Formats: sequence, structure tokens, C-alpha cells
Amino acid sequence: MGIINDFFRKTGDSVKNTYQKMDASVKITCKKCGYEAKGYELIENSYICPDCGNYYRMSARDRIALTTDKNSFKELFQGLTSKDFLEFPNYQEKLKKATADTGEEDAVVCGKAEIDGNPCAIFVMNSKFIMASMGSVVGEKITRLFEYAIEEKLPVVGFTASGGARMQEGAVSLMQMAKVSGAVKNHSNAGLLYITVLTDPTTGGVTASFAMQGDIILAEPKALVGFAGRRVVEQTTKSQLPDNFQKAEFLLEHGFVDAIVPRPEMQKVLAELLILHKRRV
Amino acid sequence: MSSMDSYEKLKTARKNGRPTGSAYVQEIIDSSLELHGDRRFSDDLAIMAGVGFLGQYPVTFIAMEKGTDLQSRMIRNFGCPKPEGYRKALRLMKQAEKFHRPVICFVDTLGAYPGADAEERGQGQAIAESIMEMMGLKTPVISVIIGEGGSGGALALASANRVMILENAVYSVISPEGCASILWKESTPENVAKAADALLITAQDMKKMGIAETVIAEDFENFSGMCGNLKKKLIEAVEEFSELSEQDLLEQRYRRFRKFGVFNEEKKGFFRKK
Repeated sequence: MGIINDFFRKTGDSVKNTYQKMDASVKITCKKCGYEAKGYELIENSYICPDCGNYYRMSARDRIALTTDKNSFKELFQGLTSKDFLEFPNYQEKLKKATADTGEEDAVVCGKAEIDGNPCAIFVMNSKFIMASMGSVVGEKITRLFEYAIEEKLPVVGFTASGGARMQEGAVSLMQMAKVSGAVKNHSNAGLLYITVLTDPTTGGVTASFAMQGDIILAEPKALVGFAGRRVVEQTTKSQLPDNFQKAEFLLEHGFVDAIVPRPEMQKVLAELLILHKRRV
Repeated sequence: MSSMDSYEKLKTARKNGRPTGSAYVQEIIDSSLELHGDRRFSDDLAIMAGVGFLGQYPVTFIAMEKGTDLQSRMIRNFGCPKPEGYRKALRLMKQAEKFHRPVICFVDTLGAYPGADAEERGQGQAIAESIMEMMGLKTPVISVIIGEGGSGGALALASANRVMILENAVYSVISPEGCASILWKESTPENVAKAADALLITAQDMKKMGIAETVIAEDFENFSGMCGNLKKKLIEAVEEFSELSEQDLLEQRYRRFRKFGVFNEEKKGFFRKK
């Protein structure tokens, strides 16, 4: 199927389109081992440290470039931006900074795409935008994506990452959990496939809603996935937690993840699952 | 806005001596029988659930119970449910669906229990499943927030056709303490009060935002009288939703939550929503 070749061509594009700066002159230091990776080296290695194997957190655009077929991604529901309707302390500054830092409108990018020729609706959360917290915009865009997928009879692939509900939007952000869940339920009732890919970190209200509602739940190695924060759990339990606590491997061991898939194999695994769930005549 | 500020409401909602879930069940549900266990792991006493009559209607009730003295609070885990509590609730909601019984939930929790054991057994998954299945439950669901509506742990029993809230109860995405410590590092009483104000947590705020439809007046001196009023409102709601077809009932619940969200929208992009 030429997956590997396509893969490299695509990531090459990703340099041009989204990470223009990531050429040989850009060096990124691995937080784990201190290795200085050159920009292109990281891209060629699926944003995994060539030295120690540490998974870098990826922007939504880079993830889309890495996972979907070249030129197949069509973005949906652009133009939605967050509103500081509670006049919450520092929210406007936070939004401005996140927009400037990422060039994104909010913490999720939605669209339709093909993965190895298989069409799907896709959403990717961006942990670089206020820790991908879920406010009205994230809830609305993902809800619209499921509604769109129902109309178009498409499977949904969702890459989750989130610090949880966005407290700057108060209880309205809490309501997004039920809003998205309703749309996921309708999509499921229509007999359509939903695959979630849990990426580092997926926590709080996102774990307690659509991250855990997939028919198939995949995770990246060592991704942090949990409901309560580790510090809170430590305080509550008053005991030492295992090193792998709330890591993807911990979830697999306890039965909450279907499979852990290394990043370079993710596209292939998603494609195989999409093919397997194609409707027969 | 009432005269009490958000922080006072928060303290009132948590006050010892405030009636807890089982008190409402006792007053409102006739011939109630508690049903135990999630059939998977254990029985979580932070949630008491079962069957009984609401007036002439058979219903399933699900009540969070904080306990009333130190010993019962320990047994009830201070009203912080574990995954098995949500799984018990869901089991009984599915049973209610099978027998076309409306579900009445009484919500009162600081939040889902954040312990290592709860994480191990999938607290997030349990809540996620509860919310998703509630959104598709083919029988009327009415939730009443009687004290604290703490985040996802509360929403897990409040993804309902109608939400009622007691006048001094609160509903919040994060505890004001948690919010204060994120914003200002320290959760001093002043900071917690500021956070409570910023988050909008009061029953009156919920009514304004449409997150709750009905605010129930409190009168703990005359608890039976107060519960009589609540019971009347619950019966009205049950009758109203029982008249809907299954499809309309689900549509009503979907629309109820679909409308939440405040954002700016500029039309652009490849696709546009019709």
C-alpha cells in the first residue's frame, strides 16, 4: 500500500505547511534526555525523540499531517472563537496568548479526511491551546462534527488531549460534556464507528465524556490518561502511587484501553480499523 | 440575585444538618425499596438507589447520600461516588428503561471520588458511560440538585430532561477551592469567595443560564411541606414527559443540552453548517 512512502511524503509537507521553521537550523531539546533534535529529524521520526524514544506533544495540524492522506483534509466549522462571557479573571489574556502562540482559533481542529484512502470525520485536540481545555467552542465543534458524520454516514476518528473542562466558562463548559455525549450517542445509534485515540494528556471532563465513549479506544504509549489529577489522588489516597499510574499502560492493564499503538503505526492501524468497519452490501 | 452571595451559598449548600439524599427519598418516594450493587464489583453507598412510587407512578430513584454524622459519612464516603456507584446507577436506569419507569435523581456531591482505587476502576469511563447512556435513555429522567452539584460527578446523574435545583444549592464545573488554587495559588477564604463569584455557581445563576429550569424554595423547618411542593413539581414533570413519544423525549433531552454554548461565530471555511 506504500504506507511508508506516503508517510514520508506527507510529513515533508507538514514541514512546509505548518512548521516552516523546523529545518536543520531549529533545534529542539528533549525534555526527557536533553538530546538536541534538529527540526527535520523530529518530523521524520514522527515527533519521537531519536535518542530516548520520548513522545513529543504534537500540534493539531502536525497530527493531521502525520495521520491523514496528503491533501485529503478539509477543515470544517472554522470561524468559531471563544467568548469571555463570564468576564472571568485573565481569560481574555489567556485566549489572546493561546491564539498568538498556536495560530489556532481554539483547542480543537475538525474536518473530514481520508486515512489511507478511507474517508472519516476527524477531530484533533491541541494541548498547546490552554491545555486543550473544553469550553463552548470545543464542545460545539465536536458536536457539529458528530452531527455532520451522522448526515454523511462517516466514522469519526478523534485524537483527545485535554486538561478537562474550561473553568473560565463556568457551568456552561460542564454542559459541553453532555452536549457532545448526546451527539456521540446519536452517532452510535446510527451504527457508525467512533475511534478515540488518547494522547498525552487526556484528563478531567474530557476523559469523563467523549474520550472514553469510543467503540474502540486506542492510546499512545505512556500517554497520561485519568479523571482526577495525580496530586489530588495522592492527597486523597495518602500513599505512593505506582510510576505508571494513569499512564496508557496502566489503563490497558485495568481494561480501559483496547490497544496501545506506537505513533509511527497509528495511521496503518486506523486505516485497518476503518476498512474492517466498512459496511457490506 | 438573592441577597446571599455565592460564597455564603456555597457554605449553606455544604452545611451540616442540611437534609441529604435519603431524607428526600423518604419524604417523596412511597413504599421505597433500596436495591444494591453494580453486579460487577461492589455496592457503593455514596449512592442509594431503588424503586418506589412517586404518587401513583412507579419510579426508579437514585440519590447521592453524604451521610449525617461522622460514622455515616465515613460509610457513605462523604457522598463522593466511586465508579461502582455510577455503574449501579446506570444498571438501575437501564432497568427503569426496560420497565418504562421514570428516573428521579437527587444530586449532592462535592465530586466523584478522586482516589487511586477509583482511577484504577475507571472513574472517567464510568461517568462518560453514565452521561452517554442517559442521553439515550428511553424513559423520562428528572434530576434535582439538593446541595452540591460538583462537576462531572454530578452531571453523571444530571443529564436529564429537566433539572431542578434547591434555592441554596450550587452547581459548578470545578470546586471554588480548586479554581482559587489554580488562579491564585492559595485557596484562602477570600480567594474561594472570589472564585465562587467568578464561576457563577448559584441556583439563580443556573436558572438564568437555563442549566436548571426550576428553583425549589427551601424550608427545612417544614421539610415535609417543602418536599410536598417538590413532589408536586416532580409529578407534573413526569406527567409532562410521559406524554411524549420515545423519539420526542430523546429529542427534547438532546435539544436541552445542544443549546448550551456561548461563542463568537464568523462564517468562513470550506464547509458551512446549513
